[in-house]
Amino acid sequence: MSKIEVKNVYKIFGDSPSKVLPMVQDGASKEEILEKTGHTVGLDNVSITIEEGETFVCMGLSGSGKSTLIRHINRLIDPTSGEIMVEGTNVMSLDKKNLIEFRRHKMSMVFQRFGLFPHKTVLENVGYGLEVQGQKPEERNKVAMEKIEAVGLNGFEHQYPNQLSGGMQQRVGLARALATNTDIMLMDEAFSALDPLIRSDMQKQLIDLQSKLKKTIVFITHDLDESLRLGDHIGILNGGKLVQVGTPIDIIMNPADDYVKAFVKDVNRARVIKAKIIMIPANKTNGIDKSNLIKVEEDQFLEEFLPQVVCNNANCEVVDKSGNIKGYITNKELQSSLTKS
Amino acid sequence: MQKYKKILKPFIYSVVFIFLIIISYRSAKPRYKPENFTDIFNDFSWLGNWPKWLDFPLMQPLNSGFDWLIVEYGLFFEGINNFLLGLYTSMKNSLVGLPWPIVIALVVLITYFASGRKTNTTVMVAFCTFFLGFLSPRYWDKCIMTTCIVVIGMLLCIVVGIPIGIAMARNKKVRNALLPILDLMQTIPSFCYLIPGILLFGLGAVPAIIAIFVYAVPPLIRLTDLGIRLVDKEVIEASEAFGASKKQTLWGVQIPLALPNIMQGVNQCTMMSLAMVVIASMIGTRGIGDEVLLGLQQLNVGMATEAGIAIVLLAIIFDRITQSYGEKIQERTQQKKKI
Repeated sequence: MSKIEVKNVYKIFGDSPSKVLPMVQDGASKEEILEKTGHTVGLDNVSITIEEGETFVCMGLSGSGKSTLIRHINRLIDPTSGEIMVEGTNVMSLDKKNLIEFRRHKMSMVFQRFGLFPHKTVLENVGYGLEVQGQKPEERNKVAMEKIEAVGLNGFEHQYPNQLSGGMQQRVGLARALATNTDIMLMDEAFSALDPLIRSDMQKQLIDLQSKLKKTIVFITHDLDESLRLGDHIGILNGGKLVQVGTPIDIIMNPADDYVKAFVKDVNRARVIKAKIIMIPANKTNGIDKSNLIKVEEDQFLEEFLPQVVCNNANCEVVDKSGNIKGYITNKELQSSLTKS
Repeated sequence: MQKYKKILKPFIYSVVFIFLIIISYRSAKPRYKPENFTDIFNDFSWLGNWPKWLDFPLMQPLNSGFDWLIVEYGLFFEGINNFLLGLYTSMKNSLVGLPWPIVIALVVLITYFASGRKTNTTVMVAFCTFFLGFLSPRYWDKCIMTTCIVVIGMLLCIVVGIPIGIAMARNKKVRNALLPILDLMQTIPSFCYLIPGILLFGLGAVPAIIAIFVYAVPPLIRLTDLGIRLVDKEVIEASEAFGASKKQTLWGVQIPLALPNIMQGVNQCTMMSLAMVVIASMIGTRGIGDEVLLGLQQLNVGMATEAGIAIVLLAIIFDRITQSYGEKIQERTQQKKKI
């Protein structure tokens, strides 16, 4: 069973969405619908499955419906048609009371502009999820302090959010989402409002946290580098339609259409491709010059060992963590993987 | 279906319009209208001056409706009257009974704690309070009466206005229904409800309190509504995403964040109450307003101005206290960045 399943979800914004729905299902384009009926198509037949413990990145430009999609998962927005299953429960079938329970215990959310409560201290903000669950102040402060430490904000717990910098505020947002200890985390352009240095810092922190916690993360972004760095799977949305779903390498190597191609055109491939992706397995390496070898680990990115290869004019030997030889990389593989299609 | 809806509304309006014209025609006196209905379409002289039969009868039903209200619900209005009057007299008597230095000390204490221990504001308010009696000893008791009326009127506004404002912010239908009523309350001349007020509650403080309520509650309702709606949408989404119920979101997030705006509404409410108190003196409400009236009646410019200054001082006291309390809340909810 997949952790989250979104099945054939349509979302149309306007006065009477259900009347426009058949038109959209018949394949009318977004522009046509807007002109004829004044309704906006938010999502057009989107289906995704997200497995437990993975980071699923949903990418697209503004207006592509990615923020709308993530709000369907915890039903901040109701779909016009379609099903959303979380751990086998149909979210659409929940009544008011169960929906509140569901939001309290199943998932937490991080927001683009942080969504912190300006009238509460950092400690109170982080403990908010527990507060609405009705936990006592001592218990929730204890948990909140742990999470504040986890994101490295010790000493700031009695400050108010707007006394902090943007990066620190988003750490509070992250700690707040961690505090309820839910399996699923929804992150809506969580790092988009931060400047580049702090953003890559936060990405690293998220990767570290994720390697320990193994949560199911749905991450929304418009930044391809970010999605390649964080995502186990990436879904690309364009105008409310899901254009392509795949691993980062899939997306870069086999873009599904011109839209995705344009997206990946400027990607620094050396930064996102790992050695193990392009290596030739050890048992198929007849005729490779093994006299001049450089050892690289299978999880290293190309850019990390590329300068060495160029300087020594050598081939690479790919090893796993315990030192076993997994395969080889020659100039040919490097060339074909780095050439833009 | 959508096309029907577009036609339906104008259709209903025109039916109502024709219905009103028929009513006015039927209820007009026989000598005002042509003997036969069809004469209208033969003789067009009625197009010259506004014909007397084209007069919607609103006055009579309003009068009889008002009479019916007094007869049927007299007890209800008397109950309200007794409650408000009791509140007013007990408050007034206790304040008038106190020695004046103690009253000033009380005002100073209230200001000091309401403003978050700001000495500037406190000293200023203390001076203003002192000057009320200093202008003319007669003014002291009258200012207390006025203050009591304003405070009770304000309490009524807050108790009724803030919940209505919240309801408006949360429900579009409620807002659409109430906005025209608020417009009506703000634009209808005050004498239109002062006179019925006298008929229902008698002369004195109570009709003034009712008039204050009608006149001063709209800005409070509007600002409460605005304040709640202005709360950042993402913050509310955050609250909902963590599983807060509507009640938890309202009390934990929306109201605290709307408080600066609500306090601004309370401030506006007090200022308008004071303006109304002077007008209310014309229907015999005792207070500082009748000094102004007296001065005007005797063409005594100095007397009217002196009383006018007292009202301004009173306004400053009210304004400083509510304003500084609002600022204190704002500081707490929207901490400025310390650099």
